[in-house]
Amino acid sequence: MEKFTRVTGVAAPLMRQNVDTDLVIRIERLVNNTGRQGLGPYCFEQIRFKPDGSENPDCVLNQEPYRGAPIILSAENFGCGSSREGAVWALAGMGVKVVIAPSYGDIFYNNCFQNGLLPVALPIEEVEQLADEMRASPGNARVTVDLENCQVVSPTGRVIPFKIDARRQHALLNGLDDIAQTMTHKDKVEAWQTTDKNARPWVWL
Amino acid sequence: MARTLFDKIWDSHVITDLGNGFVLLHIDRLLLHDLSGARALRDVTEKGYTPAQPRLIYATPDHAISTMPGRTEETFPPGAPLLRGLRENTKKFGIHLFDIGKDGNGIVHIVGPEQGLTLPGTTLVCGDSHTCTHGGMGSLAFGIGSSELEHVLATQTMVQRKPKRFRVQFEGKVPEGVTAKDMILHLIGDLGTAAGTGHAVEYAGSAVRGLAVEGRLTLCNLSIEMGARTGMVAPDDTTFEYLAGRDFSPKGAMWDRAVAHWRTLPSDPDADFDREHTIDMARVAPQITWGTSPEHVIAVDRAIPDPDRGPEDKRAAWTAALQYQGLEPGKPIEGTKVDWVFIGSCTNSRISDLRAAAAIAKGRQKAPHVNAWIVPGSERVKREAEAEGLDRIFKDAGFEWREPGCSMCIASNGERVPPGQRSVSTSNRNFVGRQGPGARTHLASPAMAAAAAIKGAIADVRKL
Repeated sequence: MEKFTRVTGVAAPLMRQNVDTDLVIRIERLVNNTGRQGLGPYCFEQIRFKPDGSENPDCVLNQEPYRGAPIILSAENFGCGSSREGAVWALAGMGVKVVIAPSYGDIFYNNCFQNGLLPVALPIEEVEQLADEMRASPGNARVTVDLENCQVVSPTGRVIPFKIDARRQHALLNGLDDIAQTMTHKDKVEAWQTTDKNARPWVWL
Repeated sequence: MARTLFDKIWDSHVITDLGNGFVLLHIDRLLLHDLSGARALRDVTEKGYTPAQPRLIYATPDHAISTMPGRTEETFPPGAPLLRGLRENTKKFGIHLFDIGKDGNGIVHIVGPEQGLTLPGTTLVCGDSHTCTHGGMGSLAFGIGSSELEHVLATQTMVQRKPKRFRVQFEGKVPEGVTAKDMILHLIGDLGTAAGTGHAVEYAGSAVRGLAVEGRLTLCNLSIEMGARTGMVAPDDTTFEYLAGRDFSPKGAMWDRAVAHWRTLPSDPDADFDREHTIDMARVAPQITWGTSPEHVIAVDRAIPDPDRGPEDKRAAWTAALQYQGLEPGKPIEGTKVDWVFIGSCTNSRISDLRAAAAIAKGRQKAPHVNAWIVPGSERVKREAEAEGLDRIFKDAGFEWREPGCSMCIASNGERVPPGQRSVSTSNRNFVGRQGPGARTHLASPAMAAAAAIKGAIADVRKL
């Protein structure tokens, strides 16, 4: 997995609640696409494009300086709904490295860490202030997200700490692969299974 | 120490503590479908791993297959390579596949309980967020992404952090016209779509105890719509009666041993929950969603909400939702003209759901302008319904009787509500574009959906 340490860049204020993973990537794009690559052009297509396929100029993601921003700012419950990991692949495909929102759908949140995308949870007031600072700037404002020190630095230089599980932080910083780590516990898994086959034989078909 | 149902299942599945609040959890059942399952199986084998416990893994195509009568795998061509891949890899690794047209095939969350694969006290995962459905059997079940799915395939385990415990009690007599679907929609309307985030929910109370297993599955199905990855109902005699004699249920002496174990699972009377909420059933009426989030829900006899009178932080979302849905605030929602009715999905396509819809459709005619689809949840549900003559009732009323699959709930098989058209659906998500680009969805129970088909408009089932 790709390592994540620090990102500095434009933060696009997509300030809406309950951004669901259907909105991030439509399901037919996943039926027709064979892998994890190539989904960027379809990310948020329902709000980035009009029904005739032309760009929607009202969408913040189509406006300068936010086009291609590596950081997305959003409101409560980002990534709710479907478990589709394609939502994370699509965001990554569009160049997104970090989402900053007050809360996340649980499955989406887990999926992010499997793909080197960092979901930062900050109170809505902080996210809105970051959005305000971005909007107030003539276009040169940048936000820094530093995973090592668990802090966000706003365009005006405010330092905002965030919390993250130590295990997840370590895995992202080092680009660790979950399966390989679990394989080191193979003996314990087998011992558990042997005991369970005696205790609950009906589970073992 | 007193423990909850959730604690008991969780604790007994911890293989080892990984530190920092994470554990390695054993997974007893992995279910695969043709979209996430086929690909994960392919990808994990390409990485050099093989399925660790193929006998604990079961596969059924449902997402990317047509539900048109007389369908084959080629009827929806984009799905055909997925199904072929699923067939090839399940065969290669000795994984049981319920193929289309065969007994046992159907929507993955219908198949698990129906076949007796979903058992109380087990951990069950699937690459689909509605895996929480299986919690209705007293199983700890949750949806996972593709990478986690590959992890389970390769190791039969998951790295997990323990969620908090949340108990919702539905107390009192179930009012007329109210179903499990109305109970859970009402709850989501009360608490919002993020209330369950980070929590494992247990549904309890007299109204839940009184629900048949199929109703409990519907109840748990929408847990993810309030943010909870998992929702559960304690197993009891109702559960055991449902499971007895099913294809993969334990038999004979093993059955007795299993039931004895299952009886130890319900939450201890003095167990603590991190959060509690109680719903008085007298307050619950038949529900219908009006907006683009499951929390945008009202009783069918109420007016469409006015954003100016709503909570300040919801005004923008409500305004956008009303615009997308083409609705005017303040008007009654009843009587809103509908173009489509979809009765199906992992939420509401079981035999009891079809019976409830058929009871409304019987001897009546759908409105001429409405397209009304019945998509049974599984091959077995379809056959059982046909044996009871439900298909006849629906066809006589002008409904279309289709093959099992996810169909128009997620529209991943090309079956869509056309742009700008309005659908009353028994599914679980009314998100923007969920049933097709520009489609306008109203979620409701099967009886409410059937009533909408008859009236040609959103209707109060209690008045029919």
